[in-house]
Amino acid sequence: MVAESERYLSVGLSKVALSETHGEDSPYFAGWKAYDENPYDELRDSAGVIQMGLAENQVSFDMVEKYLENNPANIGNETSTFRENALFQDYHGLKSFRKAMASFMEQIRGGRAKFDPDKIVITAGATAANELLTFILADPGDALLIPTPYYPGFDRDLRWRTGVNIIPIHSKSSNNFKITQESLESAYNEAMSKNMKVRGVLITNPSNPLGATITRPVLEGILEFVTSKNIHLVSDEIYSGSAFSSEEFVSISEILEARKYQESERVHIVYSLSKDLGLPGFRVGTIYSYNDHVVKTARRMSSFTLISSQTQQFLASMLSDRQFTENYIKTNRERLKKRQQMIVSVLENSGIQCLKGNAGLFCWMNMSPLLEECTKEQELDLWKLILHEVKLNISPGSSCHCSEPGWFRVCFANMSERTLEVALKRIHDFMSSRKKTWILFSSFKGRVSV
Amino acid sequence: MELKGSSNLSKLATGNDHGENSLYFEGWKAYDNDPFHPTRNPKGVIQMGLSENQLSVELIEDWIKKNPGASICTPEGILAFKDIANFQDYHGLPEFRNAVAKFMWKVRGGLAGFDPERIVMAGGATGASELLMFCLADPGDGFLVPSPCYPAFDRDLRWRTGVQLLYVNCKSSNNFQLTQQSLENAYENARKANIKVKGLIIANPSNPLGTTMDKATFKMLVKFINDKKIHLVCDEIYSATVFCGPKLVSVSEIIEEMECDRDLIHIVYSLSKDMGLPGFRVGIVYSYNDKVVSCARKMSSFGLISSQTQYFLASMLSDEEFVEKYLSESAIRLANQHDLFTRGLDEVGIKCLESNAGLYVWMDLRPLLKEATFEGEMDLWRVIISDVKLNVSPGSSFHCHEPGWFRVCFANMDIKTMRIALGRIRKFVVQENDQVRQVKKQKKTSEGHLTLNFSSQMYDETWVVSSPRLLSPRSPLPQSPLLRART
Repeated sequence: MVAESERYLSVGLSKVALSETHGEDSPYFAGWKAYDENPYDELRDSAGVIQMGLAENQVSFDMVEKYLENNPANIGNETSTFRENALFQDYHGLKSFRKAMASFMEQIRGGRAKFDPDKIVITAGATAANELLTFILADPGDALLIPTPYYPGFDRDLRWRTGVNIIPIHSKSSNNFKITQESLESAYNEAMSKNMKVRGVLITNPSNPLGATITRPVLEGILEFVTSKNIHLVSDEIYSGSAFSSEEFVSISEILEARKYQESERVHIVYSLSKDLGLPGFRVGTIYSYNDHVVKTARRMSSFTLISSQTQQFLASMLSDRQFTENYIKTNRERLKKRQQMIVSVLENSGIQCLKGNAGLFCWMNMSPLLEECTKEQELDLWKLILHEVKLNISPGSSCHCSEPGWFRVCFANMSERTLEVALKRIHDFMSSRKKTWILFSSFKGRVSV
Repeated sequence: MELKGSSNLSKLATGNDHGENSLYFEGWKAYDNDPFHPTRNPKGVIQMGLSENQLSVELIEDWIKKNPGASICTPEGILAFKDIANFQDYHGLPEFRNAVAKFMWKVRGGLAGFDPERIVMAGGATGASELLMFCLADPGDGFLVPSPCYPAFDRDLRWRTGVQLLYVNCKSSNNFQLTQQSLENAYENARKANIKVKGLIIANPSNPLGTTMDKATFKMLVKFINDKKIHLVCDEIYSATVFCGPKLVSVSEIIEEMECDRDLIHIVYSLSKDMGLPGFRVGIVYSYNDKVVSCARKMSSFGLISSQTQYFLASMLSDEEFVEKYLSESAIRLANQHDLFTRGLDEVGIKCLESNAGLYVWMDLRPLLKEATFEGEMDLWRVIISDVKLNVSPGSSFHCHEPGWFRVCFANMDIKTMRIALGRIRKFVVQENDQVRQVKKQKKTSEGHLTLNFSSQMYDETWVVSSPRLLSPRSPLPQSPLLRART
């Protein structure tokens, strides 16, 4: 095994290149690899691994396809605007696209918040948006506070090239993983004790992996906290359109609007169409900031990661079709809710409790009763068992930095209903056989002890 | 407690390394405020500071009409929509990588093959060059850059990476060619300043020179980086804009012909210039180093190419007949436009560096400088923007060491507009010459019958017509030796 320093000299790459902060060695990705090697296929391979670790939305795609059928790109039109569009590399982004995004974001929030198209900065996906904001809000060595459990990709997106640290805001199952003032203070103090300057709090609302929205009082508490510490608040609202009902989702933008934008200069929102519209391939991310300097700087920085003008143009059209967007938002919510209810009820019947959820493309399920000892190692053993024997790729809570072992995120929107049924049956069968084994074991134990 | 404006932001955010205060952008602003339009604003500023290739777009437009299935939004292409919209794998669409590899091979005359597995996506060449810096250098490390060079390297290579740029100044006396001596000097200076040099980045064809690197110089360069064990990044973004001989020699060809550690060789590419598609943000990192490919691919998550665009380009670039036709036609049009422009300049005595590539020329306006200084260059540039109404880019913004050179773009306009630009230049040069003649006339009248033995350089009429201002470095008026004799 070559020593770190030798390795560095011989290949001549940067420290960033040689670090492991890209995070790809985490179990989150190992499960993907197992899936890639033996993927389930409805028609061909009914014994393959079913991918339940991928937070993608495929339940509403037919509506996008229908829109396209009714509004096909007219080649005549396409070519006449082609030249202008192909040349358009202005980092402000197409005005029509920004207007359409602003309008879409307003509709998702039931009109309870207004968005100014000139405060929208475009980036190639939320991945880029989150990293970009981190570059702007923090210096290398500084810290961002993030509530656990959180999206595993943050470890890479926020830390890798920026050199910024993540300090977890620990949350507990005993109060449904709520973010409390104590946990915020505790995380802040932890950063201070490590000599890290805290620059902001980053929340995901609705939460990934909890599948639940953050309540108004908690949001207000977080806003108070960041104000008192004079730090920033980034609200990643990538799942805002996946809340099962509009009313249950409270965006930070609504709170700010209600208080006439006091303290809004410290608030920045990340959005993307990858989840709500199921278009992850198009790389459509946005930063919305109430801080003009942040908008200006982010815009300049977005030069490294703009959205293809071809894609901006297409989406400008689709998202300014109000009939389409209103119907899509409403129907998408209903379908996701239905899926979630389906999976939660089967899980409950199988003896697995889920955190009460009201948003997102996944549930947060509690499998800690299956662990003999509540340890991370046992959680990973269980995860491997489920991957290799039950043939389901689900995400272990430890990869989301959950402080309590035994929790798993399971996605339900990236597959057909039929595949979901197959997956749920596998879980059900697995739990039944575990129960039988447990009953046998404990009755055997009972006999032995007598 | 209030968070105002730019307080509470990172050093990156509050500094000026975004580079937008450079003059390169000032000219753009002047254009934005008063843009030329043939009918709506015929007296407006003509944009000659934007290196864009607009000469062959209608070839692409024709292709689109004949291939509606290349767009996933048409009835012909809609079946692919779902899978493509869902495809976010950072390896990129295999058909896209294959098509790009083939295109790159074709552009280099089939002289070097490209492995699709080494192709990594990035957000334009802007994203690609930054990405490579992140992979190859730590904050504080240095990268050598021959100058004059692309102004935005300041931002792209340095801003978020913390890498330092060390300019290797090239001189007009040998047509700005890179020499062994200049490389060694730059490397040694860095060493003395305790800066760790991690690599060298060149643009080939060069921006702003419009020249391609000859084989001998290239081999010297590759030997240099090999000996020093530093990386070589070749930005080949203008590779398909070569419009006349000598043909492009790509680094991919050089390494086939000489011993070299391939782990040090990396290429930046894009379709923004060759195909005139800057809006599509198609950046490519091609590395011969497996570890760099692996790391770059992970990093590409921050700037992937839209799958819609990948799909469209995969279709277009794998149409071999179209690609052949496009490449040859584009070269012809560039050659014609270049020829027209340089001849027009030559007619009024303005010389350009001889070039065989690029979307611009490197114009020698040293004879028009009032003073052979950068202040003189700035004065001249302001006059060109405000009076001649052309946005051209001053050499200082390219880190050129000698004042008086300007980059002027010619491929982002039609021939009519170019003729108007040439007309304005002609008028300006004639006016300047008239002014000088006036000044001389006044001097002759006031000096009366005295015959003085001035150097023939001052009084050679033809010389004055072509370079009226290269006189005393300090004074705008010709300095009379008679005056000097009296004081």
